[in-house]
Amino acid sequence: MIQGKILKVSGPLVIAEGMREANMFDVVRVGEKHLIGEIIEMHGDRASIQVYEETAGIGRGDIVVSTGAPLSVELGPGLLTNIYDGIQRPLEAMRAKCGSNITKGIEVPSLDRDKVWHFEANLAFGDRVSEGDVYGTVMETEVIQHKILVPPRKKGTIVELRSGDFRITDRIGKLKLEDGTIEEITLMQKWPVRVARPYAKKLPPVEPMISGQRVIDALFPIAKGGTACVPGPFGSGKTVVQHQLAKWSDVDLVVYIGCGERGNEMTDVLREFPELKDPRTGKSLMMRTVLIANTSDMPVAAREASIYTGITIAEYYRDMGYSVAVIADSTSRWAEALREMSGRLEEMPGEEGYPAYLTSRLAQFYERAGKVVCLGEDGREGALSAIGAVSPQGGDISEPVTQATLRIVKVFWGLDSSLAYRRHFPAINWLNSYSLYRDRLSDWFSENVSKNWMENTGKLLKILQNENELQEIVKLVGVDALSAEDRMTLEVAQSIREDFLQQNAFEEDDSFTHLDKQNALIELIFSFDEKARRALASGADIQSISELPVREKIGRAKAVPYDKYKTEYAKIDAEITEQLDFLVANAGE
Amino acid sequence: MLVKQVEGVKYDELGEIELPNGDIRRCRVLEVNGRNVLVQLFESSAGLNLAQSKVRFTGHSVELPVSPNMLGRVFNGMGEPTDGGAKIIPEKSLDINGTPINPAARYYPSEFIQTGISTIDGLNTLVRGQKLPIFSGSGLPHANLAAQIARQAKVRNSDSKFAVVFAAVGITFEEADFFISDFKKTGAIDRTVLFINLASDPAIERISTPRMALTAAEYLAFECDMHVLVIITDITNYAEALREVSAARKEVPGRRGYPGYLYTDLATMYERAGRKMGSEGSITMIPILSMPEDDKTHPIPDLTGYITEGQIILSRDMYRKGYMPPVDVLPSLSRLKDKGIGEGKTREDHAGTMNQLFSSYARGKEAKELMVVLGEAALSPMDRLYAKFADAFEESYINQGFYENRTIEETLDLGWKLLSILPKSEMKRIKPEMVEKYWPRG
Repeated sequence: MIQGKILKVSGPLVIAEGMREANMFDVVRVGEKHLIGEIIEMHGDRASIQVYEETAGIGRGDIVVSTGAPLSVELGPGLLTNIYDGIQRPLEAMRAKCGSNITKGIEVPSLDRDKVWHFEANLAFGDRVSEGDVYGTVMETEVIQHKILVPPRKKGTIVELRSGDFRITDRIGKLKLEDGTIEEITLMQKWPVRVARPYAKKLPPVEPMISGQRVIDALFPIAKGGTACVPGPFGSGKTVVQHQLAKWSDVDLVVYIGCGERGNEMTDVLREFPELKDPRTGKSLMMRTVLIANTSDMPVAAREASIYTGITIAEYYRDMGYSVAVIADSTSRWAEALREMSGRLEEMPGEEGYPAYLTSRLAQFYERAGKVVCLGEDGREGALSAIGAVSPQGGDISEPVTQATLRIVKVFWGLDSSLAYRRHFPAINWLNSYSLYRDRLSDWFSENVSKNWMENTGKLLKILQNENELQEIVKLVGVDALSAEDRMTLEVAQSIREDFLQQNAFEEDDSFTHLDKQNALIELIFSFDEKARRALASGADIQSISELPVREKIGRAKAVPYDKYKTEYAKIDAEITEQLDFLVANAGE
Repeated sequence: MLVKQVEGVKYDELGEIELPNGDIRRCRVLEVNGRNVLVQLFESSAGLNLAQSKVRFTGHSVELPVSPNMLGRVFNGMGEPTDGGAKIIPEKSLDINGTPINPAARYYPSEFIQTGISTIDGLNTLVRGQKLPIFSGSGLPHANLAAQIARQAKVRNSDSKFAVVFAAVGITFEEADFFISDFKKTGAIDRTVLFINLASDPAIERISTPRMALTAAEYLAFECDMHVLVIITDITNYAEALREVSAARKEVPGRRGYPGYLYTDLATMYERAGRKMGSEGSITMIPILSMPEDDKTHPIPDLTGYITEGQIILSRDMYRKGYMPPVDVLPSLSRLKDKGIGEGKTREDHAGTMNQLFSSYARGKEAKELMVVLGEAALSPMDRLYAKFADAFEESYINQGFYENRTIEETLDLGWKLLSILPKSEMKRIKPEMVEKYWPRG
């Protein structure tokens, strides 16, 4: 066991001497209270350690003990429905052990050691296995079947394997490795968080991750295995967008990382998700969710680790062949944690005090996303999508974290505070957001939703762009200077904004919209556009068109329940025709 | 200050410096480096003599003795009584830094607090356990607004114990006196604990003052089961003190010279608000900060906005027009309002009317801006109605004065009355049943 003594303490940074034998990134225990830390720099026999807990009460001469292993997570049944802190300590179990505040140096195993799982073996004596093969399965929750995998870099022959009820540390069998040594098989494995888990091959993402959020699915879609970022000033609804994605995305699993954010927001997720039903399975959403919480009052060093802890857990489920989404709120806090440690290490700062390696660290994180062929002989495919919120200071997206992120991710949902002030939610600005997946996903949409989908959504963007130009003119010379045609464009654009893009996350029938209903809603608005233009040509007056009573019905169309929308929309469409005909008939009187 | 040749000193420990003339000054450990210790003095270094001063370390970090008898008392920024009364006989001593609350042990705040102010109750509802700052500017009446909230705030249909903890951080005597005399006038002083660090007191003490107040609040809330309202004014002074310490430590500065950990540091204070399992009490926090140059993107309001659950922003325009309290409605926000309103909490029509008022007021303001550029004639008839609505809204909804206490029903009914300036068909944000039920007759 390698032991050293503390020389210097400065906030979360501790320097210890006598650590020559220790490895970089080894986990160490600091002081009498056994605070958890990690070695981040070595200088001769002096190690710089970032401590994941509050260091008050630590002083010179206190003992530092290395555990000899890098920061790792425990992977196995029991991850789902749990809430962990940044270094995978279960918060519920900690509450049971030490009350409602987090005390220092507490040790609780990440996975419940006493819980018994039913294991169903797939393989038997004599089977040859290599990394990624499936020993068998455990029903972890009602919706997720947990596959017990042969860990990476292992190859051999099974000499014992049985089905039955086990705890995660119990032996379920034995594996004879190629060099002849015999290893125990358990339901649990460990993996260092800073190393990406291996896969066989990466694939280009071609399938959309459907979120049920109209502005996202229709205008700026994200692919399964893709990356996206949501930058926005405070109060623009970042967290609501993130929560909506976590709730409604059509993925098998969600890992939600609350990184340096509000405690009450995590509590909200924790209390609300068990009660919400997944629209696809009808089961509780919590059954498919893992939460990682490092709230803003928790120690800053663990914030840096929380992102890696989260994505490693996500990779583990991806390796089982699931489609997983990692949602990180917010990566800015993670970058600030990097900055704080970098400052204490007295490194030369880059832009705005952030370390020069900020971009490469961010890129490493987002590159762990992707659609892959997993290890294992069955060639199953898994996908990991990564969505990160960014909190630019003052809402100014020219700051380093946003810019570094934009260079990596493919989808940009820019939140706009002026939309939020008008209570236009989700406040995603349609003029500066983009998705580089739109073209790649077009085949899927044409095949699975409607042939018109790409054309319709393209037209939406065009009308909104048009509106923006027309608004410039209106601001200068007033709306009367516009032709009736242009005023019609403004009316339609307003309808798109209010009746299609705005979506109320807190209203049951509006919170999630199926793709076919989205398409029908677009077509309903276009139908009004087309018929109104015809009526204009036949002499109707733009003022009366804009005041048609049916427009209120179009405005409420989004909240029509899914099972009734077809008949309801047909009715509204008929009313449009009727009322416009009436206008034309009475025109000129 | 650097102290050499010490053994066994721990990080963040409290030290006492004995001056040659026998005075005691206090300091805190910022860094332990071998046998040398870097300490920060809480008071001035005047009279300190390098040759003859001695430092004694106490073995614990800064602590506050607490007891239920603190109610009605006045303390200085370091937690010592300054009202001439007896010393507090402590039940226990608590570390002023607190420990993070386990998010799994929090209750989500959802109990409506009626402040009697329409712009808060109706549009930016405050709930128990929320942290809702007031963003103000120099010369704006934030003190009056905070005093009004402290005076009028109540949870309806409950008779639970209520207390106010007030922390003055680097404010002037006059401002502090305004609060104290207001508390005295209304009799609230008996259930108030005051921590006063005036502008003339040492700046370093300001780092401890809000933490002292929060420690007292935590004790009252989570151990004495009281509902505590914490008012801290002014956070800007706190952040400047933090910058001073950071500069003294020669740290790499972040934006505008504030330390890179300003976010984390503010969060460790703000996040102490809330409700937690195993306790009846709650801490609701209203920090007040003055935005330098009314600039919301300045690091202090900006980082605060990222941590707190919304913000009430005061507007100089409204103030000049004479509308009190001068709340800038559109950028103000309460993030927890959705869980605190609706049937059983306020009234079923609350959510809909709130959204409708917001979007109608936003449209009305846009129309008014257009009117300034192009003249009234250029507006469509509908926009003219909206402009009229916006004026009426400012005139009667926002403008209520600091001494009018409106119930939530009065606020909601006023909202309907104003909305009826617009045609019924514009009520797109409200459910049709609600419009039918509440639309003013006649």
